[in-house]
Amino acid sequence: MKTVAEVLRDIRPEFDFTASADFIADGMLDSFDLTILVSELDKLYGISIAGVDILPENFKDIAAIERLLHNYVGKP
Amino acid sequence: MNFTFSHRKITGLVAIVPSNERTFVDEMANFNFPLARSLKLKQVMGYDKHRIVDGPVCVSDLACFGLQHLFDRGLLDRDGFDALLVVTQSPDYFMPPTSSVIQGRLALKQDMFCMDINQGCAGFLFGLIQAFLILEQPGVHRAVVINADVLSRKVSTKDRNSYPLIGDAASITVIERSGDPAPIHANLKMDGRRREALMIPAGGFRLPSTPETAVLEDDGENNFRAKDNLRMDGSAVFNFVQVEVPPMIEDLLKTACVTADEVDYFLFHQPNRFMLEKLADKMKVPYEKMPSNIVEHFGNSSGVTVPLVIAYNLRERIVTGTIRACLAGFGVGLTWSSMLLRLGPLNFCDLIDFQ
Repeated sequence: MKTVAEVLRDIRPEFDFTASADFIADGMLDSFDLTILVSELDKLYGISIAGVDILPENFKDIAAIERLLHNYVGKP
Repeated sequence: MNFTFSHRKITGLVAIVPSNERTFVDEMANFNFPLARSLKLKQVMGYDKHRIVDGPVCVSDLACFGLQHLFDRGLLDRDGFDALLVVTQSPDYFMPPTSSVIQGRLALKQDMFCMDINQGCAGFLFGLIQAFLILEQPGVHRAVVINADVLSRKVSTKDRNSYPLIGDAASITVIERSGDPAPIHANLKMDGRRREALMIPAGGFRLPSTPETAVLEDDGENNFRAKDNLRMDGSAVFNFVQVEVPPMIEDLLKTACVTADEVDYFLFHQPNRFMLEKLADKMKVPYEKMPSNIVEHFGNSSGVTVPLVIAYNLRERIVTGTIRACLAGFGVGLTWSSMLLRLGPLNFCDLIDFQ
């Protein structure tokens, strides 16, 4: 199964997501990228991330995304 | 705010869409984004085709075309209705009201209540509520609600946030008194503090249109639109819908003592497929009970997407039978509203092309 970092790289291959502490503030993910990311994570993990959880703070870095996924599927 | 009505019925509905169809793939070059990202977005959001007016077509043009269609086929008598309610955010003029324009163009009778309602994504429900109220008057036997918008004329073609999904459309709904005492439940809420999440900043009296308001500006995500254009804070609107709509529907069903399983269809405003599927997941409603196919075929025509989703998906069924439907609209204002009612059998339900 792909890791979160791999999913991010598929969406925005031009960025190094391990080098940023805030993808949103650093302009690496815009609102449409978030939509695509959520859709990809839903498919990958067989979940539906709730709309109320689609907030910038839950997608600011890989750790935040993994914490969010942990609420749905346990440790990703 | 909760409403309850009885002895009211929708007896006919027609949706009108422009024949001019554009495709997302053809328009992608307008947006300053890599092809692969745009294609991915197409898949997730349901962007595909949208119907928009070709040239300076106005709300009254769509409405008069639809009403004449009904008159010509004997589906509605031109003297047979006493109230004409026009719900739109894109009126022909600041003044006079578009309802007066339509009344005059079609030489409708003078003994008529004409009114414009400035509402957007929840506008169809506002129109229905107002029609149910005006039918309290003994002199009003039949009301016609026209919900129409041509907002593509106010969206920047370089705004990927809004342009791929915008659609133009109109609907004409006939509402009458009925012998059915079954309650129709509705509710609505409004929060003007969040009004800037969806707005056209310039062009009114607060900020008149000037050459400066026509200058395209970057929203920070490579979407270019002017103050004269429709602006949508997509993240704020998405969050608003996900937070406010599920409890609104829950309240409506609780008031009506009806479970979600007892509702045949959830016929909601159609912002995009992703948002509707997230709503359906949250409400534990199967996707087939909440159609989300209007944006991909016609675009988002604001409040008209509610009658359009009915006409496109269910027209045969509600002409011959009855469904229990939960309608909902949510957006500009910000405003959110829902209604639980039985639909059908209707005298007519159709979807026609504006030529």
